[in-house]
Amino acid sequence: MSELLTIIDRDGKTQKGEDPNLPPEELKRLYRLMVHTRLLDERGLALQRQGRIGFYLQATGQEASHIGAAYALKDSDWLFPAYRQPGILQLRGVDLEKVISEWFGNDGDTSKGRQMPVHYSYREINFVSISSPIGTQLTHAAGAGMAAKFRGDDTVFMTFCGDGGTSSNDFHSGLNFAAVYKAPVVFVVENNGWAISVPQRSQTSSESMAIKAQAYGMPGIRVDGNDILAVYRVCKEAVDRARKGDGPTLVETVTYRMASHSSSDDAVRYRDAKEYEAWQKKDPIARFQLYLKHKKLWNAAFETEVIESGKAQITAAVIKAEARCNLPASSMFDDVYMNLTPQLKAQRQELMDLIAKGGVGAECGHFPL
Amino acid sequence: MTATEAKTDTIKPGMKVMTMLEAITDAMRTEMRNDDRVIVFGEDVGKKGGVFGATLGLQDEFGEQRCFDTPLSECGIIGAAVGMAVYGIRPIAEIQFLDFIYPAFDQIVSEAAKMRYRSGGEYTCPMVIRSPYGGGIRGGHYHSQSSEAYFCHTPGLKVVIPSTPADAKGLLIASIRDEDPVMFLEPKRIYRHGKGEVPLGEHVVPIGKGRIAREGTDVTILCYGAMVSVCEAAAEESAQHGRSVEVIDLRTLVPLDEEMVVASVQKTGRCVVVYEAPKTCGYGAELSAIVAERCIEHLEGPVVRVAGFDTPFPYTLEPLYLPDQKRVLAGIEKTFVW
Repeated sequence: MSELLTIIDRDGKTQKGEDPNLPPEELKRLYRLMVHTRLLDERGLALQRQGRIGFYLQATGQEASHIGAAYALKDSDWLFPAYRQPGILQLRGVDLEKVISEWFGNDGDTSKGRQMPVHYSYREINFVSISSPIGTQLTHAAGAGMAAKFRGDDTVFMTFCGDGGTSSNDFHSGLNFAAVYKAPVVFVVENNGWAISVPQRSQTSSESMAIKAQAYGMPGIRVDGNDILAVYRVCKEAVDRARKGDGPTLVETVTYRMASHSSSDDAVRYRDAKEYEAWQKKDPIARFQLYLKHKKLWNAAFETEVIESGKAQITAAVIKAEARCNLPASSMFDDVYMNLTPQLKAQRQELMDLIAKGGVGAECGHFPL
Repeated sequence: MTATEAKTDTIKPGMKVMTMLEAITDAMRTEMRNDDRVIVFGEDVGKKGGVFGATLGLQDEFGEQRCFDTPLSECGIIGAAVGMAVYGIRPIAEIQFLDFIYPAFDQIVSEAAKMRYRSGGEYTCPMVIRSPYGGGIRGGHYHSQSSEAYFCHTPGLKVVIPSTPADAKGLLIASIRDEDPVMFLEPKRIYRHGKGEVPLGEHVVPIGKGRIAREGTDVTILCYGAMVSVCEAAAEESAQHGRSVEVIDLRTLVPLDEEMVVASVQKTGRCVVVYEAPKTCGYGAELSAIVAERCIEHLEGPVVRVAGFDTPFPYTLEPLYLPDQKRVLAGIEKTFVW
């Protein structure tokens, strides 16, 4: 098995010479982002359970993995995400009301209510629209990387998938294309142990996900995904390599999906409680908290402030988002193409006429679905 | 002019006689000169210039950065093209035969076609997928199929099929300039079938406009691609029996020039729909439905489909599978005698 790079040990101490020595304010910012990401997840699931939104996907347990990875990028770099990296939105400063409006699919949603909750798209932060089919973003990152290289831009592209994603066609094609054209891409496989109910051992016979990189002719690095500093360090090296023109890297972050796959799933039905409990002890937030404590950057007052401010921001954003309006019925026909085709115009008219007559459309926008 | 032989001594100024294949190359060359964001790639398109030669000379003129070979992966070709388009360049991806496109189906249907819609218009996917399609070259079922209906059934895609060299150039340039993903399907049977005059330099044929290939008053034939010349020949023969046949070359399946179709059938009162694909659920079924919905009170006979059969595309029996002049003629007669 490839070596698993870890920096922060169980006691919150770092191995000698391994600490990237980030400035104190940055360390506290990262901690705040991790906590706020988890709080946002808790609220998302709660809103779904209350029947106020239709669906939710949690990233609980994977905060270090995706925030640490994306923290290695410049703001001008692009992301082709999967659906379990919500911390990146907060890292790059997307307004929470916009994020929560996406859950409601209302007129505050920049994606105009076109997708299920958590399938975000934010051009303002170079965060490309998330799709549900698994792995399709991996070839996009390769192609965008090829395009940037062709144009002479120094943009780096980071893309994510899970352990299940490594079995997809696009994993093979994406890694192969990126390697052949030396595209500036960092492939982050968040190996969280489970693809809905299928465990990682049933996903591949490879000894790790990182080792797959060898076949494509790129470095593959396996890192403790619950150690934000280790993830950051490995990804920073990969990003630098990409920017220098040395091609792509595969980073496997070994982590754990603490929650069920989604609000429609119940992991208790297929997952061993002991496995869950063992991973609970490796919680990435608790680990980073110990590190900060060791560095004298954390105390109970800081913790309270982080949690209370996070909750307050989320609550304020939920109130604002929930008060927004439904999208107009006619918006269904927009953005299929740049311009409406004659057929779409006719179909829109047909629907609008039915609505005008009454009785059609009254049930729109009410949850639970 | 249609794909008929043109003599070099009568060519109009600013025109050149070309095959459809040459016109397609000329379209790409023209746009690559016009817009340095345009790049071309696919299997064997670089040094070899494509298995049919559609990209011949492009790598020599524009270099390996703008015309290049890819690994043998349709999923990779189209997935990469989506990423490029989202990032802001203009990819033209060649899929060697439409029969090989299925590994890329997810990328086309789930990604390219939905990017604009699902991102609320934040991200777009202006790209062209060029692919030779259709029968008539003795290619068996993996080099002959007409699977345009799969793509017509996917909102977000445009589907364009030329039938003449001039249209091939003009429609391809329009497709490259389009802000949405376009499936540009090339009827390979007529790649070198006949030559026609093609405007040099800029030549745009707008997407969404059909062409009346032959005017008539008794019956309308709706067709596209390689079937247009078959239908024109059938119309010519039918004229000898006193039938005045109007032939409409659709040019664009999505978005369809529905008004041209409806106006013609309302005028003639009869309609034959001709397509090479398997009959059931083919694009002609959609055309028949449109005619039934919008022209019913003008119809003097049944809407007749002349199509491929619901079998896999055969190898040795190909000539019997493809609609030919005789079958189109029989279809015309069915609209009169039923």
